[in-house]
Amino acid sequence: MMIQVFGVPIQALLGQLLIGLINGSFYAILSLGLAIIFGLLNIINFTHGAQYMLGAFFAWMSLTYLGVNYWVGLILVPLAVGTFGILMERLMLRRLYHLDHLYGLLLTFGLALILEGLFRQFYGVSGLSYPIPEVFQGGVNLGFMFLPYYRAWVIVASLSVCFATWFVIERTKLGSYLRAATENPELLQAFGINVPLMVTLTFGYGVALAGFAGVLAAPIYQVTPVMGSNLIIVVFAVVVIGGMGSILGSIITGISLGLLEGLTKVFYPEASGIVVFVIMALVLLIRPAGLFGREK
Amino acid sequence: MISNTKNNRPLIGAVLMLAILLIAPHLFYPVFLMKVLCFALFACAFNLLLGYVGLLSFGHAAFFGSAGYITAHAVKVLNFSPLLGLLLGVAVSSLLGLVIGWLAIRRSGIYFAMITLGFAQVIYFLSLQLPFTGGEDGIQGVPRGTLFGLVDLTDTMSMYYFVLVVFLCGFWLIYRTINSPFGQVLKAIRENEPRAKSLGYDTDRFKLMAFVISAALSGLAGGTKSLVFQLASLTDVSWHMSGEVVLMTLLGGMGTVLGPAVGALLVVTLNNYLAGFGSWVTIIIGAIFVACVLAFRRGIVGEILEKFRSWNSKDIH
Repeated sequence: MMIQVFGVPIQALLGQLLIGLINGSFYAILSLGLAIIFGLLNIINFTHGAQYMLGAFFAWMSLTYLGVNYWVGLILVPLAVGTFGILMERLMLRRLYHLDHLYGLLLTFGLALILEGLFRQFYGVSGLSYPIPEVFQGGVNLGFMFLPYYRAWVIVASLSVCFATWFVIERTKLGSYLRAATENPELLQAFGINVPLMVTLTFGYGVALAGFAGVLAAPIYQVTPVMGSNLIIVVFAVVVIGGMGSILGSIITGISLGLLEGLTKVFYPEASGIVVFVIMALVLLIRPAGLFGREK
Repeated sequence: MISNTKNNRPLIGAVLMLAILLIAPHLFYPVFLMKVLCFALFACAFNLLLGYVGLLSFGHAAFFGSAGYITAHAVKVLNFSPLLGLLLGVAVSSLLGLVIGWLAIRRSGIYFAMITLGFAQVIYFLSLQLPFTGGEDGIQGVPRGTLFGLVDLTDTMSMYYFVLVVFLCGFWLIYRTINSPFGQVLKAIRENEPRAKSLGYDTDRFKLMAFVISAALSGLAGGTKSLVFQLASLTDVSWHMSGEVVLMTLLGGMGTVLGPAVGALLVVTLNNYLAGFGSWVTIIIGAIFVACVLAFRRGIVGEILEKFRSWNSKDIH
């Protein structure tokens, strides 16, 4: 006998919830990166989606052209994407700190267009596929649903990275410097901390997170030049809903919205594309600063 | 005498511009010019918000595109006259502006940009899914109809002059808004919102009004464009379009009256010439963005005005 929840077979419900959880992990990891960058640089990084795409493409390219396997890619690609971020910060963003924050948004938007355009020019819009690594072939039947190993790994890996980041920022000395720099960079500099270097490395780390998410995503989704731009708009909404004040807040908001999207796909599929924005409208009505945000 | 010629300058400029716009369709391809005029109006309307209130909306394609769909549907399916169709388009985009603006002005700065981008994405999804929009195909074969039952708009020249009148009305309205006491308050909000508040202005109401005017005129531009090309499509509601209008304004000079129109002319020309080069358009547009932000933030018209200003101050000293 098939178990049903509100007229929906439980397999379908759990399947969508799993997809929702995976999307939510990506929302969490990307909004976390955005929040860290925003905290220190006061810039919203529009290139974040393109850097996620870059991560997926670098993984695909290194496998296809150089034969670099998944595990090495998972370490090297985020480093490469992070280095790209560091160059971006040093060469361009640094010149804009004394200006209105909107210029940072415009600059990173322009860079996102360049990256997306370049990859579209050379690889087209039809997706490339990245094979699932051998260890994670297949899956396990849990009785109530089928769980592919790779999907389970994606959830475990992204959540571990999210919580490791949270731990470093909230519980270590390095993190306390970072929080201090967010509050009052001048004062921290007066204590002899190299704040500009910290800013650069933080930006690099935030960008590397996007690259990491890109590698994780490569075997699940098609690797396409537009995979980032569609995602980043949703992640922006996630950031507005959560507010960028809290690391844990970003993680929780990201995952819950992914799950909510999954549920919507089961019960009212037409609305699954806009449900996050509807929640954004509600949050703006009830708590404009965001669920975990503080009024400035 | 000197002050007299100075006061006449804008008037002379306006007459000259008008003369050029009247002759232009005899020298250049009229459909191209109509496209430029539509985008110039769109960019000027956008600039009212970015240049004069300091609000960066990243979702203005929502108003431009939705009015295009409504006008196209009204004219094609409901048999509205073109003018009535345009008015309906403007009414809908104003209403959207009211709702989106009302929600978005609760946050400012970067959040405002992200929120408008998000809501524009909702309009994009609706344009893709609502039954009357034709999904991926859009609404095609929109009839241009006749104006007041007299002027046949299928004639390209008549259509051009109709678009010109629409543009001039919209432009005049923006010009009047900027140079009115209302416009002064908007600039005060841009410069220092807390101070404007402390002077007793309900700044949220002013922002919302500016947002609605901007949305309405963007809708006017979008509706007109759908009549010119006889087509309403997803391109006009996508986030790329929202980005393009930001670029037009930035390139021409935000906060200048003519800048966005100049920017629109350049970006439309660029799009036309590079249309056959695939993704290079996107790459070049991105590169112009980067160049504008890093090298000349005043934009073309802004830089020229600055040159004039420094010459004039040299004359005095």
